[in-house]
Amino acid sequence: MNMQHRTSGYNFAYLDEQTKRMIRRAILKAIAVPGYQVPFASREMPMPYGWGTGGVQVTAAVLGPDDVLKVIDQGADDATNAVSIRKFFERVAGVLTTTKTSDATIIQTRHRIPETPLAEGQVLVYQVPIPEPLRFLEPRETETRKMHALEEYGLMHVKLYEDIARNGHIATTYAYPVKVEDRYVMDPSPTPKFDNPKMHMSGALQLFGAGREKRIYALPPYSRVVSLDFEDHPFEVQHFDKPCALCGAAGVYLDEVVLDDKGKRMFVCSDSDHCETRRVEGHRGELSAEPVL
Amino acid sequence: MYVAVKGGETAINNAHRLLADRRRGNRAVPSLTLDQIAEQLALSVDRVMSEGSLYDRRLAALAIKQARGDLIEAIFLVRAYRTTLPRFGHSEPLDTEAMLVQRRISACYKDLPGGQLLGPTFDYTHRLLDEELDGDPQVEQGGHRVEAHESIARVTDILDREGLVEEDHGLDEVVEPGDINQTPMSFPLDRSMRLQALARGDEGFLLALGYSTQRGYARSHPFAGEIRIGEVDVEVFMPELGFAVPIGRVQVTECQMVNQFKGSAKAPPQFTRGYGLVFGQSERKAMAMSLCDRALRAEELGEDIVAPAQDQEFVVSHCDNVQATGFVEHLKLPHYVDFQAELALVRRMRAEHEDRADMASGEVREAAE
Repeated sequence: MNMQHRTSGYNFAYLDEQTKRMIRRAILKAIAVPGYQVPFASREMPMPYGWGTGGVQVTAAVLGPDDVLKVIDQGADDATNAVSIRKFFERVAGVLTTTKTSDATIIQTRHRIPETPLAEGQVLVYQVPIPEPLRFLEPRETETRKMHALEEYGLMHVKLYEDIARNGHIATTYAYPVKVEDRYVMDPSPTPKFDNPKMHMSGALQLFGAGREKRIYALPPYSRVVSLDFEDHPFEVQHFDKPCALCGAAGVYLDEVVLDDKGKRMFVCSDSDHCETRRVEGHRGELSAEPVL
Repeated sequence: MYVAVKGGETAINNAHRLLADRRRGNRAVPSLTLDQIAEQLALSVDRVMSEGSLYDRRLAALAIKQARGDLIEAIFLVRAYRTTLPRFGHSEPLDTEAMLVQRRISACYKDLPGGQLLGPTFDYTHRLLDEELDGDPQVEQGGHRVEAHESIARVTDILDREGLVEEDHGLDEVVEPGDINQTPMSFPLDRSMRLQALARGDEGFLLALGYSTQRGYARSHPFAGEIRIGEVDVEVFMPELGFAVPIGRVQVTECQMVNQFKGSAKAPPQFTRGYGLVFGQSERKAMAMSLCDRALRAEELGEDIVAPAQDQEFVVSHCDNVQATGFVEHLKLPHYVDFQAELALVRRMRAEHEDRADMASGEVREAAE
């Protein structure tokens, strides 16, 4: 873990206390009504909209001096934007940071849920670009809010049905819609549908922040989260033919790495911490350059 | 054999060092001073103040320098700074009739009380590149009117006396204006919130939308009733004193568009208004804003909503260039995992497609045999 010294001149975790209080109120409401999108007066942050301002505001609002923060993008701790956000909190909050999933009390993520199961007491903060699962079916906010209020989700089922009619299967691979506690249809953020089952009955608190769209929503621990499907076309996650080429892990989400311009490629863990931990434990994949311990 | 790539942090640090170097450019060329930017690139400064929603020439000039002249980046810097400032309250409505006018024109009347005053304008210049500006030629002083400052009546007030133009709504009522910084947007927005959003909206976006109304997408038959540029006092009500006191002056551009209106079930035939107000000198933005404001009043005036410029969710949700640039440019962030998911899907669908094609060609062969 890295010990940090806080930059002076800014309030702890950048936002002023009034703003944090406003965001916490929105978070509490979101926890009380799982899956419901709570509007909040999102602030301009010193990073661009669409680059995690919602997640950063949520993290800033729940972060305390004793927290240990992990930030990932595409599952990796060293992706450039994850590095940038982690550095931001090191500077303005001076909190401990880590890359180890199990050591973190707060994990801010973009596009992935860690492979290591999350435990009670951990908070997973998602960066959300478009919080509205119905947005691409109905562009108007006034309409989609009405549809949620009336639990009118027919349009979504028709869309999924049309996928099956046209392609023989549902052609949504990420941001795959879920239903929360049998009430609200929710966008899980653009995580691959591989990660959807991890949201169900998770011991961790899951918070979703959309800065540009000014919405916060939440899954309290042990929420029921069901991916939409049909009886004769049940939901299924992606499968990979081979295990990770570096650590040999199977049943995890893999990134495709192109090795040369002749179509040679390999598949490696998208979750870099998971991969490293396994390699430290002595696991090896077929292309690993490290000697077997 | 393959070793996983690492080093995001070093890459970022190196990139920022390079950026700082490129920003400064050739060290043999003197560094720009903020005064030079504020004085000689004043209209850039005005735009950054306007869309950055912060009236501070020095900070706007600093942002332009730091952003290497990229105005949207400069606007973003100013906004990010602005959000850290405490909110004291709101000012009294600006009295633009009492404006110290630097420019004032009306396209409705040939002459009118207060006269037409061209002021410092590009209008009627011939757009010929002036090679002399490559050096530092002597420039003569501009003339100034010597008369004492007096209020100049607004053109819309002249029309209002005859009842020809709709009244300015709500001026006498005590209305707490909304604040788009403090409240999450919830549609439909009232006009005060829409005007706030338009005032900081992207000049190019509003220009194109305003232009679209002139070309028939929600045509509103506009006349530039009046455009005035100048300094106005900003007054704030002090509860301790019981009255409003001026706290400073800002330069603004105000545009009152007067639009033909046949009348509807809701309103009699009369001219209607579109309003634009921006910091500094920016006629293009103020005029575009007033066209958009008028178009967005369609519902209030009982007009059919048929064009993008009339659709407040469309206009207000997309006019902020800080939001727009952030989200468009976020596409350069890694999307490996989602792309991987789509790759697998496309491969699977292609395989299925080939199977179907093979099967079909098999059937054709059978039929031929």
